[in-house]
Amino acid sequence: MSVYTIDHVSRRFGSRRRSTQALNDVTLSVKEHERWGIVGESGSGKTTLLKILAGLDSPSEGKVLFMGKCLDIRDRATLGDLRSSVQMVFQDPRSSLDPRMRVGDIISEPLRSPLVKGKVPADADARVAEVLDAVGLPADSQRLFAHEFSGGQRQRIALARALAPNPSILLADEPVSALDVSVRAHVLNLIDDLVDSMGLTLIMVTHDLAVVRHTCDHVGVLYQGTLVEAGPTAEVLNNPREEYTRTLLASTRLGHA
Amino acid sequence: MSVLDVKDLSVDFGHHRNLVLDKVSLAVDDGQRLGLVGASGSGKTVLASAIMGLLPDNAHISGEILFRGTNLASLGDREFSKIRGRKLSMVFQEPMTALDPTMKVGLQAAELISLHRDSNPMATRDRVEQVFDRVGLSDAGKVTNAYPHELSGGQRQRVIIAMALMNRPALVICDEPTTALDATVQTQVLDVLDSELAASGAACLFISHDLNLVARMCNEVAVIHAGRIVERGTTEDVLNSPRHPYTRGLLATARIDQVEPGERLPVIEDFYTPDDRDNAGRHTELPRRWVSQYGPRQWRRSR
Amino acid sequence: MKRFTVLFGLVLAGIVALSALVSLVWTPYNPNLVSSSRYSPPSWTHILGTDRLGMDTFSRIMTGAQTTLVVGILAVAIAALIGVPLGIIAGMGRKVAGELIGRASDVLFALPTLLLAVLLAAAKGASVTTATVAIGIATIPVFQRMARAATLTIMSQDYVLAAEVSGTPRSMIALRHVLPNIAPLLGVQAAASFSMAILAEAGLSYLGLSASPTTPTWGRMLRDANLFAAPLQAIIPGAAIALAVLGFNLLGDGVRDYLDPRLQEVR
Repeated sequence: MSVYTIDHVSRRFGSRRRSTQALNDVTLSVKEHERWGIVGESGSGKTTLLKILAGLDSPSEGKVLFMGKCLDIRDRATLGDLRSSVQMVFQDPRSSLDPRMRVGDIISEPLRSPLVKGKVPADADARVAEVLDAVGLPADSQRLFAHEFSGGQRQRIALARALAPNPSILLADEPVSALDVSVRAHVLNLIDDLVDSMGLTLIMVTHDLAVVRHTCDHVGVLYQGTLVEAGPTAEVLNNPREEYTRTLLASTRLGHA
Repeated sequence: MSVLDVKDLSVDFGHHRNLVLDKVSLAVDDGQRLGLVGASGSGKTVLASAIMGLLPDNAHISGEILFRGTNLASLGDREFSKIRGRKLSMVFQEPMTALDPTMKVGLQAAELISLHRDSNPMATRDRVEQVFDRVGLSDAGKVTNAYPHELSGGQRQRVIIAMALMNRPALVICDEPTTALDATVQTQVLDVLDSELAASGAACLFISHDLNLVARMCNEVAVIHAGRIVERGTTEDVLNSPRHPYTRGLLATARIDQVEPGERLPVIEDFYTPDDRDNAGRHTELPRRWVSQYGPRQWRRSR
Repeated sequence: MKRFTVLFGLVLAGIVALSALVSLVWTPYNPNLVSSSRYSPPSWTHILGTDRLGMDTFSRIMTGAQTTLVVGILAVAIAALIGVPLGIIAGMGRKVAGELIGRASDVLFALPTLLLAVLLAAAKGASVTTATVAIGIATIPVFQRMARAATLTIMSQDYVLAAEVSGTPRSMIALRHVLPNIAPLLGVQAAASFSMAILAEAGLSYLGLSASPTTPTWGRMLRDANLFAAPLQAIIPGAAIALAVLGFNLLGDGVRDYLDPRLQEVR
């Protein structure tokens, strides 16, 4: 069953005369339990794509089907469906966690939403403790502020927030690129475990092919707003058809030089 | 002869005097490139700031920082500014914040020259364009007339590198010079840095959290962990036979492309024996970045 | 150093507040008691001397602190209660709303406090209330602009997006994320506007657009003083105004640090 069907989606920003094309005729289908990695550099439109999937933005042309229904973020019912099953992790946990809220309140925020419905656990406090445990943080972290944690721990908090309402789809925007290389493995392992154990569909945007190779079973390559290549990870990485994919591959293997 | 010789440098901050650097000793020879690897919070940026004389007022320094025999730690601001930007320069992590957004980049570079020596405007301009050209800013004349926001991230970092090399320094400190850049741009910028350092003969202290980058750029590596240098050796030795468990962990985590897809990635803790863990192991995911934008503070450790 | 300046501000503001409170129940003399000893210099009977009608200056300064505080608090409250929500709406809402609020605020900003005060005084008769309302209304654009600019910064943070993905309605985002995060800035602005309001009221009093002659206010005392006959009677209320303004400004800096959890050092 297709979770997302992205159908000839384009997105332009700016006025008609001076516009930039962030996405250009992107078509892609994401099925349940697949793990997609969308690779591209800054300005490739990968974050725009993710925002559209998260219902934070809408395409200028084309449409996105979510669970078979056309995604319209002005329609409260479809938006409710989306918010109830899609959660997101952002790139920089320093900016994605409100500095004035305690960790417990940050994590329980989706639980308090009037839009998220259905699978939400009744006891918010118990759920917060549960997800904190799932991401490997002590329960007493609840009372602290985000700035009292290291970068890797903050990304764990962000993951805990995303998982709190029991989503079925996890969107991740460069979840490890703001972290130290040595902390990256912690967070990637955690994402791996959680996606496995909770049976999530993962769509991860990143500039790092090595991360995609490790975590994702499907990869899409975005170049200047166009999806130049998409398919199973092993296939694309072993037999890249596009020149750009090869360039990306070459720059990823810095360690071989 | 060493261009930089740091001896027993300790730095702590504020009333609580929490130690960020603990008796660090480090020497860089003329023309040598030394890589300094460590996680955020390990003290590597504090070391760079200490060498550049850029520590905030609430920092306490002990030990010596000898630059060509002059102890930088005891220099006043005025004497320091004669060295900084001339014999000693720095490549910053964030090219956008390191450049003045209201000033054309050519002018910023020219100012760097005229601050340190008398030279006529024509010669200065030639020198700026020449160095801009060298770092691969094609059409240097056009770039000199651009404001920082009109340039791409890669171009901005090239400008920063050009400015660092402008006065033919003896030592360039690079603090995570490519972390803010895209992978393909990163490769190009490192290539430029590599060839220009070689051409100018400047020594370099290359700071990064990424062992891959350091291995690529440097012939020697020092590993800093929780304010101490835990390992130092030639790049080859450190990569092939790391002695400290932390270094082994760094090596393993740096190469996720060597792990089979779907398998668990190694983490630093894997390389500590239970005994180590009691001592230094718990620092691997170091709590808090201690330098906030308001200056260093000590935060409560979350356990 | 920082701690000292905040403490100094706290002391100054505290003195103003204390005098106002004490004057409610006790002053050395009835502040409006006319006596025969005009322009008497400071003495044991009249600590700060008397004015041209022989009224005790110390008592009047104490009572004047009441007006000063009430004017400051009410003017800032009017400005903040109207300006901040408008600013947040302008910063979060649609472009059209933002533009409309922005232009309306520009128009209001172009009206000087003095003109508003004259208009209100003409309509309702000059009193401390009309002066306060005039100052408050004139300060709305200041809060509106600051709140809007601060809101725009917050709206570009990922945690706002994260809240939206979490299904948090816009109104809740405004209350839960935007307001607490712009509060330190607003606190500083409030303190600054507080002192501006004190100054403005003193000015309006001086021009006769505020308190009636029987209400002792610092500006009114300044107006009634004769610099040549008894310079001290002008210097005292002048100094009171200056010190109160300084005090609340210094306090404002402290408020900002206090409201920001990232700036609180944990022992």
